[in-house]
Amino acid sequence: MADLNVAAIEKYRNNFLKEVEANVEEGEWVKMCMQCGVCSGSCPLGSAWDHPPQELFMMIRAGKREEVLTSDSMWMCTSCYNCVVRCPRGLPITHIMHGLASYALRLGLAPKNQPTRKFAVLFWENLVKTGRVNELKLGLNLYFMNGFIEGIKTALGMQKIGLGMWKTKRMSPMEFFGGHGCKDAKGLQAILKKAREIEDAKRQKFNS
Amino acid sequence: MAKKEYSFYPGCSSQKGASASNYQTSVDAMCDTLDIQLNEIPDWNCCSASIGYAEGGELPRIALTARNLALSEQANPGQDVVATCAACWLSTRESKDRLLEDSQLMKETNEALAQAGLKVQANQKIRHMVEVLIEDFGYDELGAKVTKPLEGIKIAGYVGCQTNRPFGIDGESFENPMYLDKLVETMGGEPLEAYDKKVQCCGGALAFSEPEKSQAMIKDIIESAYDHGAEMIVTPCPVCQMNTEVYQEHINKKYNTKFNMPVVYYSTLMSVAYGKGYKESGLDGQIIRAKKLEEISKR
Amino acid sequence: MADEIKIGAYICKGCGLGERLADAQLATIATRDAKASIAKEHDFLCSAAGVAMIQNDIDNEGINRVAICACSRRAKTDAFAFENVAITRGNLREGVIWVRPDTDEARETTHEMAADYVRMAVVEAKFQKPPSKNADAQYNKNILIVGGGYSGMTAAIEASIAGYPVTIVEKNAHLGGNTAQFYKRVPNHAPYAEPADTGIADMIKTVENDKNITVHVNSRLTKTDGSPGQFSADISTESGSTNTQQFGSIIQASGFTPYDANQLPELGYGKSANVVTQLELEKLAKEAKGSPIKRPSDGKEVTNVVFVQCAGQRSTKEGHLPYCSGHCCLTSIKQAMYFKENNPAVDTNVIYTDLRTPGAGGEDFYRSGQDKGVLFTKGQVNEVIEDGASLKVKFKDLILNEDIEEETDLVVLATGMVANSGVDIEAVVKIDTNDEKEKSPANEIKINVKDISVLNLTYRQGPDLPHLKYGFNDSHFICFPYETRRTGIYTTGPVRRPMDLQQAQEDATGAALKAIQVVENASQGRAAHPRSGDLSFPSFRKEGCTQCKRCTVECPFGAIDEDEKRYPVFNESRCRRCGTCMGACPVRVISFENYSVETVGQQLKIVDVPDEFSEKPRILVLACENDAYPALDMAGMNRYEYSAFVRIIPVRCLGSVNLIWITDALNSGYDGVILMGCQKGENYQCHFVKGSELAHERMGKIDETLKTLSLETERVETHEIAITDIKRVPEIINNMAATIEKIGMSPFKF
Repeated sequence: MADLNVAAIEKYRNNFLKEVEANVEEGEWVKMCMQCGVCSGSCPLGSAWDHPPQELFMMIRAGKREEVLTSDSMWMCTSCYNCVVRCPRGLPITHIMHGLASYALRLGLAPKNQPTRKFAVLFWENLVKTGRVNELKLGLNLYFMNGFIEGIKTALGMQKIGLGMWKTKRMSPMEFFGGHGCKDAKGLQAILKKAREIEDAKRQKFNS
Repeated sequence: MAKKEYSFYPGCSSQKGASASNYQTSVDAMCDTLDIQLNEIPDWNCCSASIGYAEGGELPRIALTARNLALSEQANPGQDVVATCAACWLSTRESKDRLLEDSQLMKETNEALAQAGLKVQANQKIRHMVEVLIEDFGYDELGAKVTKPLEGIKIAGYVGCQTNRPFGIDGESFENPMYLDKLVETMGGEPLEAYDKKVQCCGGALAFSEPEKSQAMIKDIIESAYDHGAEMIVTPCPVCQMNTEVYQEHINKKYNTKFNMPVVYYSTLMSVAYGKGYKESGLDGQIIRAKKLEEISKR
Repeated sequence: MADEIKIGAYICKGCGLGERLADAQLATIATRDAKASIAKEHDFLCSAAGVAMIQNDIDNEGINRVAICACSRRAKTDAFAFENVAITRGNLREGVIWVRPDTDEARETTHEMAADYVRMAVVEAKFQKPPSKNADAQYNKNILIVGGGYSGMTAAIEASIAGYPVTIVEKNAHLGGNTAQFYKRVPNHAPYAEPADTGIADMIKTVENDKNITVHVNSRLTKTDGSPGQFSADISTESGSTNTQQFGSIIQASGFTPYDANQLPELGYGKSANVVTQLELEKLAKEAKGSPIKRPSDGKEVTNVVFVQCAGQRSTKEGHLPYCSGHCCLTSIKQAMYFKENNPAVDTNVIYTDLRTPGAGGEDFYRSGQDKGVLFTKGQVNEVIEDGASLKVKFKDLILNEDIEEETDLVVLATGMVANSGVDIEAVVKIDTNDEKEKSPANEIKINVKDISVLNLTYRQGPDLPHLKYGFNDSHFICFPYETRRTGIYTTGPVRRPMDLQQAQEDATGAALKAIQVVENASQGRAAHPRSGDLSFPSFRKEGCTQCKRCTVECPFGAIDEDEKRYPVFNESRCRRCGTCMGACPVRVISFENYSVETVGQQLKIVDVPDEFSEKPRILVLACENDAYPALDMAGMNRYEYSAFVRIIPVRCLGSVNLIWITDALNSGYDGVILMGCQKGENYQCHFVKGSELAHERMGKIDETLKTLSLETERVETHEIAITDIKRVPEIINNMAATIEKIGMSPFKF
């Protein structure tokens, strides 16, 4: 077989598993998977995953670091928690998928044009600004995330929805100018900054 | 009956001019009838929902919800935190559980919160509004307040994901929760017994980033309701409500369907059944109008 | 007891019988037609008053045959348990009124049905004798245990605690068997997280200090003779001395031999010293005594180890074992922990196709292994090759669907268990001369079983216990654990089926109880399972015997030997009372006191057979009492109707059905005959193992008989019935009634 390469031999060790255990949210659970596949069968977007959760867990154990971290798969998680409640081993699978995606993003390995990745970043940036999500700005940013021309097209496509939302007072153009927010947005930002520092320092410790 | 008070976490989508503002309107009307006082957590912030994880990471995400808990402890000591939004409830309850079981995480979170002079203990109960209704009132008591029963309306109880998993409403099964059906029945309506997409995912936040895939799932949710003879869908979740309501026209175009299914909140049903008016019940917030409810509210 | 036969017929009127059968004149029929001495009716026969009435007749009127015409023989057995008399039952409730509609047009045929069952019960009583127990019974409390491993010692300790003296015969120099070679065992109590001490040293001490237990090491059984309560065994030492002792029962705990890994060169065994079996790893671990385990080739500390599950087992390849040995997954988890215990950095990879962790704590132990960092890979290992000082394991990852090569210091092969079950007597002694030899997968796959006898029985059917499947000595995997096809000899541990220590412990305790039970039963002349407590036994008329040997060959339990003139020798306490010998005998010289060719033959003859033009056919059903008859009763309880033209006679086993009954029935004008027995074949449900099988074989020749009588072959059917076939049994009967309607009545009516 063409895949019988030296790299695979080298990597079929616990190293990546240990990296995941130390760096990924709930990563210490990965070793407890018993490969039954209930998670994969329970996922509403299962068919859209190149590697369903069961397979990702096996790939982690098999040391397939690049393949896992650059994968599009965990970005398909809709956070429906179906896998979590069905897993006979009680693995917090949704959280592990979130953790893997977040870790891949942090390392700069997550696929650049992954739409959920883009949306997730926009969302966080949006909420950090004032402490609350500004749906209008988030929506507009989302439409233009693939460039200006694409954005106009998407926005036009969504025009009717916007109109419906506006008519029923479930969207306000006023939100574009300031809008809702926390009074102590500064304090919130300081909290988040500190939390990020603590998390990064811990990772540093493992990786050094 | 004494007034019941709770520390209230409304969430971003419930704000004025936001996507679930009509949810808030109907919740207010419902609470008025039930004599519930919701004490809003002052200066609450976003929970980061089920999408903030990627950029946010673990500790910042938990610190975010911990700030709300800390503020609730300050302003509304001793009161349970109640959320109406599924994501707000889930994120907050999850953080609370994690903080209590992991002392290191608690220490680090408080270290972060200290930047804004806050401290969290996380020992209050975090509850969804539906839990308050079922546990603190009960179906009988909720039914006793009905003045305009929703007679003859067949309603599909679409529970969705995050009010159902991973925590769920106490005593309900993950695969076939019954509380929405029971609530519909309590309000005099007719629940859809064979609704097989009751706990199907609508795509959640991926409705924005993966519209094709999400709309395929949304189509199934609405189609099953139609196939079993429903006249409207009821849901406890703002994301479910929005996803199943606003994309119907897109879906009609793509799949050559003729969906025009109103999607309302349980609180909308209850407000109408409790005799509240069209606007009070948030019926003006329906993009697809719930005409049967409008008729009853006008009676 | 008086020689004169005095039959009392007792007819119950309770449970609706009185109303439904009001004008049937059953008491008159009992005395007039069937010649009962007295016939009495009672409103509630199983009540204290009813029972007292019967008992009074036995005590004061000389009644010594009691025909109870009431409910099924399976009901109210405690009430109708009269001593020292023969008891028969006419099934008027489940067999008549519950299966017939209560309508005017059905009444006549229902009454005829009831009348026949009364006649049958009385005539059966007439031809029965109250069974007198085995005069030859002996009480010997000593239990012989063959094998001093974990199973054998457990059985010995348990039997001794219960007050039965035990003798252990162990072929090796020491007690402990394979378990003594283990470093540690899979834990048998919560939290099922760590390998535990085997406890074998303490166990040996307990056995050696127990005055009730005698141990013979370096010894074998060179001859085993006799029967329950009176076994005689020659215990011979390696040096050649023999002493003969008497025992009440025997437990065979001869264990297993590890599969010969030399048959697995593709997995590197025999080519590299660093490929070992699980048992060999135990040795390495034991030698290491908690220090790092070393590689056999050069003594380097092992830093990574691969466990290959299902090595040469669960495979249909030639020379491999087709079955799962049950313990190996847990054993590999345990052994991976040996490495992790010493150094958590050692890489341990268990490559499996299906991980199976049976037992209460199995799943917890698996979880504990995962928690300790043991890696589990779903994969199929194809090859292990030596690569310099280390090994390369080539396998297909079945989750990732990729071919992988893993370098490792040590490979442990999870090879299987081969039962030490002795000689395969069915392969040696050709029991069946039939051309159509059954071709079951079990027979096709040849297991390499050693040809050294364990028991050296003097039995006519061979020196060891018959094998069930793959060389294991089980009897029945669902209903009767421990039972073998040699009465009073029980198997336990891995000789019975593959198992781990935890299972062997429970298993051996059960076997000890069975061994005690048979000692007590044999001492009172009572049958062992499944007709436990039965006092009847077969006897034969020597002057009529043609020495054809069918009985000695066909007895499923090897109970019948042959004397020097080839006459059968019945070993009564080996007999299970199934009657297969009686069914086999072409000259009908074998009978039981309460079950014989006559007791059944006279019943079917006394049935009133109306003439050809009456449109009232008669169908005879011979139903096995174990599954078919209860199914028929339950059909009645469920009020499933069936034809009123049927007459059902319960038999002990279909194996006891003598062909004369069929020809007699056909000659007497019966229009159809149905035999209902248990499932036969590989997954047999026959309580006597071979009875149903033999009956089907014998019935295979019935077509010729039918042809000589110019009768349609459809008139005789044989069915396999499960106890759950409650709806099916009425269908079978009704289908036969429909068939008769189609093909017409039998011409043999007089």
